Amino acid sequence: MDTILDVRSVSKSYQSGNKKLTVLHDISFSVEAGSVVAIVGPSGSGKTTLLGLCAGLDRVSSGTIEFNKMRMDDKSEDERAFIRNRYIGFIFQNFQLIPTLTALENVMVPMELQGERHIRAQAVSLLEKVGLGDRVHHYPAQLSGGEQQRVSIARAFSTSPKILFADEPTGNLDDETSAKIVSLLYELNREAGTTLIIVTHDAELAESTQRIIRLKGGHIIADEQTHHSKPQL
Amino acid sequence: MSTDQLLLRKKTGIRWLITMAWRDSRRNRFRLLLFMSSVVLGIAALVALFSLDARVRDDINNQAKTLLGADLVIDSNQAPDSTEQRLLDTLGNQRSQECRFSSMIYFNRSSGTRLVQVLALGGNFPYYGNLETIPEDAGTTFREGQQALVDHTLMLQFDAKVGDSIQVGELTFTIAGVLTKAPGRSGLSTTIAPPVYIPYRYLQQTGLLQKGSRFTYSYYFQYDDQRTMEDQLAAIRPVLENKGLGYETVESRKKSTGRQFEDVSRFLTLIGFIALLLGCIGIAGSISVYIRGKVPAIAILRCLGAGTTQTFLIFLIQITVLGFIGALIGALLGTLAQQVLPFILKDVLPVQISTDVSWSSIAKGIGLGTVLSFLFGLLPLLSIRGISPLITLRVSVEQKPVWRNYAQVLLLAVIFLFVVLLTRMQMQNWMETTIFVSGLLVTFLLLTIVAVLLRGAVRRFFPSSLNYIWRQGFANLYRPDNQTILLIVTIGLGTMLISTLYLTQDLLMKRVSMSSGENQPNMVLFDIQSVQKDAVTRLVSQHHLPLYQDVPIVTMRIEEINGMNAAAAKEDTLSGIPSWAFGGELRVTYRDSLTGTEKLTAGELAAKAYQPGAAVYISMEERYARHIRVSIGDSILFNVQGTLIPTIVGSFREVDWAKVQTNFRVVFPAGVLEDAPQFHVLVTRVPSDKASAAFQREVVSAFPNVSIIDLGLILKVLDEVLGKIAFVIRFMSGFCIVTGLIVLIASVYVSRFQRMREAVLLRTLGASRKQLYAITALEYFFLGMLAAGTGIVLSVIASILLAKYSFDASFSPPLVPLLVVFFVISLLTVIIGMFNSRGIVNTPPLEVLRKEV
Ligand SMILES: Nc1ncnc2c1ncn2[C@@H]1O[C@H](COP(=O)(O)OP(=O)(O)OP(=O)(O)O)[C@@H](O)[C@H]1O
Ligand SMILES: [Mg+2]
Repeated sequence: MDTILDVRSVSKSYQSGNKKLTVLHDISFSVEAGSVVAIVGPSGSGKTTLLGLCAGLDRVSSGTIEFNKMRMDDKSEDERAFIRNRYIGFIFQNFQLIPTLTALENVMVPMELQGERHIRAQAVSLLEKVGLGDRVHHYPAQLSGGEQQRVSIARAFSTSPKILFADEPTGNLDDETSAKIVSLLYELNREAGTTLIIVTHDAELAESTQRIIRLKGGHIIADEQTHHSKPQL
Repeated sequence: MSTDQLLLRKKTGIRWLITMAWRDSRRNRFRLLLFMSSVVLGIAALVALFSLDARVRDDINNQAKTLLGADLVIDSNQAPDSTEQRLLDTLGNQRSQECRFSSMIYFNRSSGTRLVQVLALGGNFPYYGNLETIPEDAGTTFREGQQALVDHTLMLQFDAKVGDSIQVGELTFTIAGVLTKAPGRSGLSTTIAPPVYIPYRYLQQTGLLQKGSRFTYSYYFQYDDQRTMEDQLAAIRPVLENKGLGYETVESRKKSTGRQFEDVSRFLTLIGFIALLLGCIGIAGSISVYIRGKVPAIAILRCLGAGTTQTFLIFLIQITVLGFIGALIGALLGTLAQQVLPFILKDVLPVQISTDVSWSSIAKGIGLGTVLSFLFGLLPLLSIRGISPLITLRVSVEQKPVWRNYAQVLLLAVIFLFVVLLTRMQMQNWMETTIFVSGLLVTFLLLTIVAVLLRGAVRRFFPSSLNYIWRQGFANLYRPDNQTILLIVTIGLGTMLISTLYLTQDLLMKRVSMSSGENQPNMVLFDIQSVQKDAVTRLVSQHHLPLYQDVPIVTMRIEEINGMNAAAAKEDTLSGIPSWAFGGELRVTYRDSLTGTEKLTAGELAAKAYQPGAAVYISMEERYARHIRVSIGDSILFNVQGTLIPTIVGSFREVDWAKVQTNFRVVFPAGVLEDAPQFHVLVTRVPSDKASAAFQREVVSAFPNVSIIDLGLILKVLDEVLGKIAFVIRFMSGFCIVTGLIVLIASVYVSRFQRMREAVLLRTLGASRKQLYAITALEYFFLGMLAAGTGIVLSVIASILLAKYSFDASFSPPLVPLLVVFFVISLLTVIIGMFNSRGIVNTPPLEVLRKEV
């Protein structure tokens, strides 16, 4: 299998006042295309920071990140934005839908950014797939948390990304809804071969992936394969 | 990769950006419109003024001939000699002549007297337009007999009717009609000495043609052919200039009328411009808060792969379109206002104004509004480019503002240049432009400083022992994203304009009425002939009136300055002597001492009485001397009604012109002019209106040629004139205040959601609705007080400086009116604030917590 993400000796530190705070120390790992990886660790261990770096939302302090054989760390913000749009999807703990757009429009935005025109039908069918066929014209404020997260999944998959980053996708949801969301994610992973990187506190969710990377204090303390060859609930 | 990227940018293109701008605006449209309404009034004011300006120009062009009433007018301040008369008789296809002078007239029925301008008219003038009268035909028929046309304000003042009679000099005239309008005479000029027309052939018999009074003769010519007029004028021009005769053609009258109006219009346009700038600052403030609310959405877009420029453009399109709409509405309102302006301005406008729509003004206004709101909106929008997609992962991320600051500085420079250029277009030269722009900058700076200081002072001395509601209301002024300073500056500037205006008017009136106080002279009798002097003095003492001054006056002209006559001065441009120095008639007195209103600033008064044969040392008013480029020791040759008298400038005086007194630019020593033709001026004081009327009546019937100026009347007229001007300016300043209030509405609205959250929290914590209302009301009351206070403080300072340096008077601000302004502005602020927040207290908490917009 091809390597889709290659993280080498990545450190990240923040300057606060005249003190330097290192949040990630010399992190290295790589991820195979099509796999499902969980990143776990206590609060403040640097999970979100790492995710942000891998997804090209932030710049590393040292080290390199290669995505799909492309260096991410030396690209300009707009070039990274282009890569994000083409190859990367996102799911957030607090959904991050654009409040002034309807569910349908939220799903359409990434495709429109690619310059696609006649995508309405495609977006509607994505929403139907996540079970929201009857809520397409609702604004985010008119949807429940679970519904909003399903819209954001539809949005994330609308451009068939090579990789999808999810930061605690179930953190704000009850167990039952969480299960639905995760099965949606896995289903789309199976159908499109999308690589999933999931940050989570949910041990059960972590166990259902193929690989778990454990962070603590900015270090990887464990990187283990689970016994699944396929992610499963 | 990068070609791929180019491809992408192309494909998403402008269409998608517009779609996104439109989508995003759906839920904010009202708010955005509200921001844009800040420019509406400024644009409205400007469009109204631009239209008015265009109209006046057109109307001056269309009515040019009726402004003058003839094709050519020649003016002279003495009766023509025989050669001049022969010349005049050869001009034009039709001729009219007019002699005008100030004189008292007497209304027989009401026994009232009043100083008027008598116009003795012969011929069929006006050839274009009419003497507008009631009844309509009186304008022509009054010439048929011993009849007069009397100005309509005079008719009202003396309750006179057509058919009554008036006494002009020694003759009695029947009032044939009420004069409402005459060519070239408009508004303010007729208020002090209202016009009365009589037929020319009775002029001699009135007995008013004595030497000493000031007469102006005008000759009106009508030409069937414009070319003939130009040729004849070209031929006689040297003669006219040589004899010191003035002339006017339709073209030159058009220009001078246009110029007069330009001054008024430019001034008003500047106030409109200030209102527009205030609105733009308001836009920048509102948009910056608006954009801060948009940060999460922008971060998401960036996360999904939108480029920095793309996200930036989405919002740029929004504000540009809204700026355009705002300007459109403003232009519409301005066009409506333009229908009213001519009525408000009727006393300062030179011509009858039509109210047709001026499309070019509308286009100008829309362009201006769009560009200005675009530039000012761009200022906060620039920060969009610095928004990091990382915000989707954590709420606060430090921004990297470095490059953005450069861009903002650059944009500020562009805005500044733009404002300077716009100002330059209104102003006549760079000097005025610099003064206006720096004045504006200093004002804004001062307002901001005073606002910050006041706010700081209140915070410092705010009693912390006050109860929670007071403290919360006050603390709201410091909430994050607060627009306290912005509001104080915008509302404060409006308040400042209005109260400065009021204070200056008050200052002027006080200044004038002070000179009419106890034991101050308040009546001037002039045009008294030497033979009448003793009799008039006797009449004064019979009425037990004090005699403050008794001054002889000799009229003369300057013939040469240092050997240079008018023609030579014109050749020698280096001398810098203006041509008007030679033409004008000077009224000169002679005495050996200074009066109470004069101060010697250079040289000395002639020490001893003049000895025949010695040099004549005269004293000049300093400012006048400076204007005609004369210094101590220069020689001046005067033409005293035919006799040439050489003199030397011996001293300079500074004169306080504001006092009711006879003041002179040139004073001769005693012993030179005693035998020259002269008239006398007496200054006295009448104790009451009744005594004044009785005295005037007696003077006029005994000495019809003597004119009287009653200070009481002047005061009334001045008050009226100032009132009219002040009303116009106040009307315009109102635009600034209202713009400030609209900025307030927008800024209240923009922080609505934040306020709702707080209100919900407070309610959850157990605050009653009454308490919430009280907190909101107090917050706006503080805000209004600070804004009004800032404006008033600055206007009082400005007035004190003005009083000290321009009027040389001490100034104590009138408390009551300022307090009224203070509370009215504060109250308006509270009302608007409360009205805008009304939903906040009532909205169900859940709705607020779910709402994201
Ligand atoms: N901009 C910043 N400046 C300084 N320190 C930061 C900044 N952002 C994050 N940190 C610090 O980095 C550390 C890691 O944060 P991060 O958000 O990655 O943790 P996390 O593992 O996602 O925690 P959680 O499970 O609570 O979400 C924390 O200690 C945090 O305080
Ligand atoms: Mg986290």
